[in-house]
Amino acid sequence: MSGINLKAIGLSLLAPAIAIVLSILVTTVVIAAVGSSPGEFWSTMFEMPKPRLRVDIVNQTAMIYIAAVAAAIGFRMGLFNIGLEGQYTIASFAAASFAGAAYFSGLFNVAAAIVVAMVVGAAWSGIAGILKTTRGVSEVISTIMLNSIAITLVGYFLNTHGVKEGNTVHTKNLESGSTLGGFAPFEDRDGEIWVLTLLAVVVGVGFWVLLNRTRFGYDLRASGQSESAALASGINPKRMILISMMLSGAVAGLIWLPALFGGARNYGTSFQAGLGFLGIAVALLGRNRPLGMLFGALLFAFLSVKSNDLTFGTDVSPSIVQITQGVAVLAVVVTYEVVRRWRTRLEQRAVSRELAGATGAAS
Amino acid sequence: MSTATATPHQRGIVERLTKSWLYIGLIGIGVVSFVRIITDTNDLTGAGTIRAAIIATCPILAAALGGLWAERAGVVNIGLEGQMILGTWGAAFFTYHYGPWVGILGAALLGLIGGLLHAIATVTFGVDHIVSGVAINLIGAGAATYLAEAVFPDYEGGGPRQLNGLEGPTQITIPGISDVANDIADKHWFFVSDVASFIQALTTNISTLSLVIFALVVVSALVLWRTSFGLRLRSCGENPQAAETLGVNVYLYKYVAVLISGALAGIGGGFLALVSSSGFSTGQTGGRGYIGLAAMIFGNWRPGGLLAGALTFGYTDSLRLRDTQSVHALLLLVAIGLLIFAAYRAYRQQITGAIVVAVGGLAVLAWFLLTDTVAREFTVMTPYVTTLFVLALGSQRLRMPAADGKPYRKGSAG
Repeated sequence: MSGINLKAIGLSLLAPAIAIVLSILVTTVVIAAVGSSPGEFWSTMFEMPKPRLRVDIVNQTAMIYIAAVAAAIGFRMGLFNIGLEGQYTIASFAAASFAGAAYFSGLFNVAAAIVVAMVVGAAWSGIAGILKTTRGVSEVISTIMLNSIAITLVGYFLNTHGVKEGNTVHTKNLESGSTLGGFAPFEDRDGEIWVLTLLAVVVGVGFWVLLNRTRFGYDLRASGQSESAALASGINPKRMILISMMLSGAVAGLIWLPALFGGARNYGTSFQAGLGFLGIAVALLGRNRPLGMLFGALLFAFLSVKSNDLTFGTDVSPSIVQITQGVAVLAVVVTYEVVRRWRTRLEQRAVSRELAGATGAAS
Repeated sequence: MSTATATPHQRGIVERLTKSWLYIGLIGIGVVSFVRIITDTNDLTGAGTIRAAIIATCPILAAALGGLWAERAGVVNIGLEGQMILGTWGAAFFTYHYGPWVGILGAALLGLIGGLLHAIATVTFGVDHIVSGVAINLIGAGAATYLAEAVFPDYEGGGPRQLNGLEGPTQITIPGISDVANDIADKHWFFVSDVASFIQALTTNISTLSLVIFALVVVSALVLWRTSFGLRLRSCGENPQAAETLGVNVYLYKYVAVLISGALAGIGGGFLALVSSSGFSTGQTGGRGYIGLAAMIFGNWRPGGLLAGALTFGYTDSLRLRDTQSVHALLLLVAIGLLIFAAYRAYRQQITGAIVVAVGGLAVLAWFLLTDTVAREFTVMTPYVTTLFVLALGSQRLRMPAADGKPYRKGSAG
């Protein structure tokens, strides 16, 4: 029995291993092709990061992880929520405006802003959910459109209601009572790990519990694997689509909050775009599993943050890691597909062998 | 007797379609002209606006055509955006070294490489089409940024994020027609002048690449709907198992379609770098690959429809660069359009739909009457909002290829 388990674990680790090797290979080839030194690149990348970067990596991992969980909620249900980007943009803006207006004070203001972010994120993804359930519009197309609409809308509200400062516009700054900051594991100048990175832990654990320990999670996985089977066992597919889409949007609303209450203090030039797409990539990399996505988020955060060192020691530009990340995602989905087919063939062979043995013994 | 009654139904489909398109076109020009005179905004159909609209339309159109090729063969290509970005870099690199026409081929080549990746992932390995497309968008954006930073700073007029001063493809002017059209357009007559300025825009300083892209729409329509190659390709998008039983090499057709799709998106990117502006810059596509996809869906997966979609989106895209007054006048245009559509629905006895559209039309009319300007952001949003509405209101009438986006394995026909 333990032998089979070991084999299964080996097979499931095989795909990411191949994917990482492939993305390292492709990156090396691309760097060599434009005439830079791949050796220098890899040695810079694999040096131990400085304390300041280590703090950054933790913060980025948390935000990417939240985004990945948001994507995974949709994926496990068989929904492609490509709209994370728009959902967390509009939710971050709403939360920053709400918290900046200071209707409440201190921690209660933070808690209320978190709720606002989740509600706005859920409402925005809910548009796609309603369009899908009532009009049969593919969520892929509608969320892509909603991304662009959200980003333009936020730009409009920022321009009309924001605080102008020189050439930049941002929402009202948080009052100091509502800024949570973080704790500095090294010296103060190395920066702080933001308090709300804890949201990533909450979201990760919550995702695991929801999927594996609740009726809703069971329904979600069932609908994702076979809609007809789910329907037969009394699950309302439309309701499931709408709820999981809104849940995904609600979690997406949390993505940028660690930074908002940590260091940014307002929505403006400090806003970090692109986390939504990174989250989708990490969800794919980690096969929508809580632990797999944690590993993927850490890897992506490490690559993104560590690439800053490249500008000093080497002539390789930091954007090379975008290629590494993209190739890793494509390679991982391809190798998973290949390994899956290979495993099915192995199983079929094993079954037919045992069947042949059994009939042989009987006759 | 029976033959006489049957005759009207036997008219060719082409004839019927062109006829209805002609009427729609005439009514459209009439309404636009009416709005122009009412609101006194000659810029609405000025040759300058139309030229800008054509320039804005071309990249969207090329991307939409790319989407059409892939989806007609049953492969959803969300990677259009990434392939387009690759195209902008390819156009810049090859134009710098070998001139604009090789540059366009280079754009097509880079887009084709993006298409090849998508084909390998989706056709050979059966990866989900959306997943692969998302990955290709990441790779395309990353590769173009990295390659620009690695290569362009050493070039004349180049920097890590741009390469300026690229030579564009030749522009042509037809002397006689251009001047006459210009004279008539300046008179600002009802209807006639609007047509004249359209002709003027088409005959004065029009980029040859624009003409090539418009020609590609016709070529695509002919190849996909009038050749046996096109029939087989479309059969892969409708029912690959049936196509396989008839001896069609489904994988090959899907590969060809996705490669062409990538190349077309790449050409769209090349247009952005060479015609829309005179150089490459990072992030130049600004989501136009997605708008192209939207235009294709808007056009119901058909060449004529996607042309109409790309023109609509291109027109609104160009207006945001012009004065806000003409954008404001556009509100009246939208209001009248919606009210006409509502009347049509009421005539067809679709009362609920008619009420919804009419309320929308009246709301836009109120917006027009109560305000003086429209924020730039609302024109930027137009293509996306329009697409959502078209999808929401017309999803029953839209019909995508039956096996679009579905995985297919060789031998699954049994």
